[in-house]
Amino acid sequence: MASFTPTVPAPHPTTSRGKRGDLPPIVGSGGGGRPDPGSPDYGARLRRARLGLAAALTPIGMLFVAFTSAYIVRQGMPTFDPHTNTVVHDWIPVPLPTVLFLVNTCVLLLSSVTLECARRQLARQVALEPVNSIPGVSLGRERKLPWLALTIVLGLCFLVGQWLAWSELATRGFYVATNPSSSFVYLLTGGHAVHLLGGIIALLAAGAAVMLHRPLASRRVVVDTTAWYWHFMALLWIYILALLEFAH
Amino acid sequence: MVAQESHQHAAPQGFIRKYVFSLDHKVIGLQYYFLALTAVFVGMFLSLLMRIHLVWPAAALPLLGVIKPETYLSLVTMHGTIMVFFVLTTAPQGGFGNYFLPIQIGAPDMAFPVLNMLSFWTTFVAYVVMLAAFFVVGGAPLHGWTGYAPMSALQSSGPGEGLGADLWITSIAIFCIASLMGALNFITTTLDMRAKGMSMFRMPLTCWSWFITAILGLLAFGVLLSAGILLLMDRNLGTSFFLPLGTINGQLTGHKGGSPLLWQHLFWFFGHPEVYIAILPGMGVASQVLSTFSRKPIFGYKAMVYAMLSIGLLGFMVWGHHMFMSGMSPYSAFAFSVMTMAIGVPSAIKTFNWLGTLHKGRIRFHSPMLFAIGFVSLFVSGGLSGPFLAQPALDIPLHDTAFVPAHFHLIMGVAAIFGIFAATYYWFPKMFGRMMNERLARIHFFLTLIGTYCVFMPMHYLGLAGQPRRYSQLTELAYLHPLMGLNTFMTYAAIVTAAAQLIFLFNLLWSMFKGPKASDNPWEATTLEWTTATPPPHDNFAGRTPVVNNGPYEYSVPGAPRDYVMQTDPAAVAAH
Repeated sequence: MASFTPTVPAPHPTTSRGKRGDLPPIVGSGGGGRPDPGSPDYGARLRRARLGLAAALTPIGMLFVAFTSAYIVRQGMPTFDPHTNTVVHDWIPVPLPTVLFLVNTCVLLLSSVTLECARRQLARQVALEPVNSIPGVSLGRERKLPWLALTIVLGLCFLVGQWLAWSELATRGFYVATNPSSSFVYLLTGGHAVHLLGGIIALLAAGAAVMLHRPLASRRVVVDTTAWYWHFMALLWIYILALLEFAH
Repeated sequence: MVAQESHQHAAPQGFIRKYVFSLDHKVIGLQYYFLALTAVFVGMFLSLLMRIHLVWPAAALPLLGVIKPETYLSLVTMHGTIMVFFVLTTAPQGGFGNYFLPIQIGAPDMAFPVLNMLSFWTTFVAYVVMLAAFFVVGGAPLHGWTGYAPMSALQSSGPGEGLGADLWITSIAIFCIASLMGALNFITTTLDMRAKGMSMFRMPLTCWSWFITAILGLLAFGVLLSAGILLLMDRNLGTSFFLPLGTINGQLTGHKGGSPLLWQHLFWFFGHPEVYIAILPGMGVASQVLSTFSRKPIFGYKAMVYAMLSIGLLGFMVWGHHMFMSGMSPYSAFAFSVMTMAIGVPSAIKTFNWLGTLHKGRIRFHSPMLFAIGFVSLFVSGGLSGPFLAQPALDIPLHDTAFVPAHFHLIMGVAAIFGIFAATYYWFPKMFGRMMNERLARIHFFLTLIGTYCVFMPMHYLGLAGQPRRYSQLTELAYLHPLMGLNTFMTYAAIVTAAAQLIFLFNLLWSMFKGPKASDNPWEATTLEWTTATPPPHDNFAGRTPVVNNGPYEYSVPGAPRDYVMQTDPAAVAAH
């Protein structure tokens, strides 16, 4: 391979760009037929956003994997007790406000359903937008519920419910530092609540996009990714609840 | 979330949008690079203070006076933290990765430009918070860059462990979030934004290394974040995740039942992949540069990719080898030991492929090539002490000696820095449109190579002779007296090496403004960044997307009109 002819003096690299003239331009225009050359089309943006979301969910998963392994390890770990000079198990199972947690779970699952409705509604709207713009064609009005607002309200209800659960724990005498078990309860539920709050902020941003008359397709991308994020949070919550209920 | 941000943004006007809060990946890459440049000089300055203190402990230093033991530990901590996080993680990935990943795969920008900007400015905040730890009451923390509990988990365990340690762990947590934002951007960009014809196996090895690094970061930084959150709770909310029953100055701490080992597990589950986060981009750059300047295709392209992938995979299974001293079960230690030594296999594949690339090449000894060869040299000499330390029976006597710093400085510190230097000299013409001074670059190279070997090779010997690490006072120990001459030599070598970096700094800054103008492809290289203008326009390819017809390292192809075939050239020559 090295027996090739000696180095040819490098032609100016612009020569290799000479053929650029017949290359196609960057594909597509924005959704809804707006001429927006250079911007990746709506389908590409949606795919890219979903890919980014999948990547973003990985470290969130890792965060809770790490918390879980710490939880399991700590639970089984004996502790030295200076009063008796013996090794004891100091893990006190926390009496969870189970009923409240179950109510919260229902609220969260319901919010997942409403957000899924919002997602599908927007997907339909985006798909039908070109048809609707044909003069003389009417699709019949779709009954619109404010799914997005409903989801935000339900999400806030869930957070309030979690707050009530924490107060309930506090009245039972379990604070963050009372026992390793209660530390983990607050850590896992609190960590989840913070992430859900992030989802609510994203939904508020989507709502603001409606107010600001941002293009339908942009809203669709935000709502779609947030919906998948939200479903992940619902699953994560069920996992956390199961962990706390069955491995305490 | 950020997806609604239009990907194709117009070229910004105004200083703030153009240079400060820019969405352009090239500007963000340079911001990362210059952040790392300031950090590396801070970190290097701290290391000089340590070396000077070790051999002349009574010397009064400017600003600091005579260094107290706790100040020495602060220096150890901050040197390690700044170097690992704000140099070795920031420059190769955030700096060069940001600048060149989109261009090398033929994309106009990263997938999420706003997220990219946020990622840099979050890193910047983390950096400021970290530096602030120097200036608070009590000073910087003492617990080392690994932040071992219980010391790091108690406010009262030392002078720097109050506010300073809170700032330290906050900074680390912020840095985690920044890195995660960056990593998901890299992954999405690599998977979704490659130009037509740029299949995964036509990507330059640099892109592969950034991609794999991003995957490692995505999996590792979440775990470090979890450890940081637990540590902050232990420090400030009274929990006992990492704190066992204990006393400080005869007083019960009020904590009980926690496990310091839990911190070690969580930390090293991040910490070992972090080593590869630092070195993998260097491997990518070394492959790119060795191939370009040997005028030969990289030897075993696919083997290189699979080797990097298996290094990344194995990197998640070996964290226990940092903890042989912790009293772990010999059976676990054996498993970790075997897995660790298994990393030697892909590492050797890479090394031999680099040598195979050089073999019978028509080598051009330009400065990037010198640093890439230096990288291979340091990778071998730093890597070979790895299998020593991977064995519990050897690690236990060596672990708390200077042998370990010698090992990881050569491989993770100096080798990775050589990767950064190679990348700087290689891509400087593209980034700034000018050439760096070759004569100064050579002086810089030889002084740095010889200097770092003079610092870190004797350090292995010191470790074997039993010189402990992290001790601020060596002169008091009689058995170390015969070693002080060697220590003094190393300190002089460190000062010379540090001074040589000023040559680099001068060369960099001077060439940015006064260097001779660079052509679009000064190294006669093949990858996409060399097909566009120098420096690249705002959208990288001036409104066109390149179409890729060839692999990344088509040098000296028989029958080709010149000794390199660019990736955008017609594919007729591909059938060789």
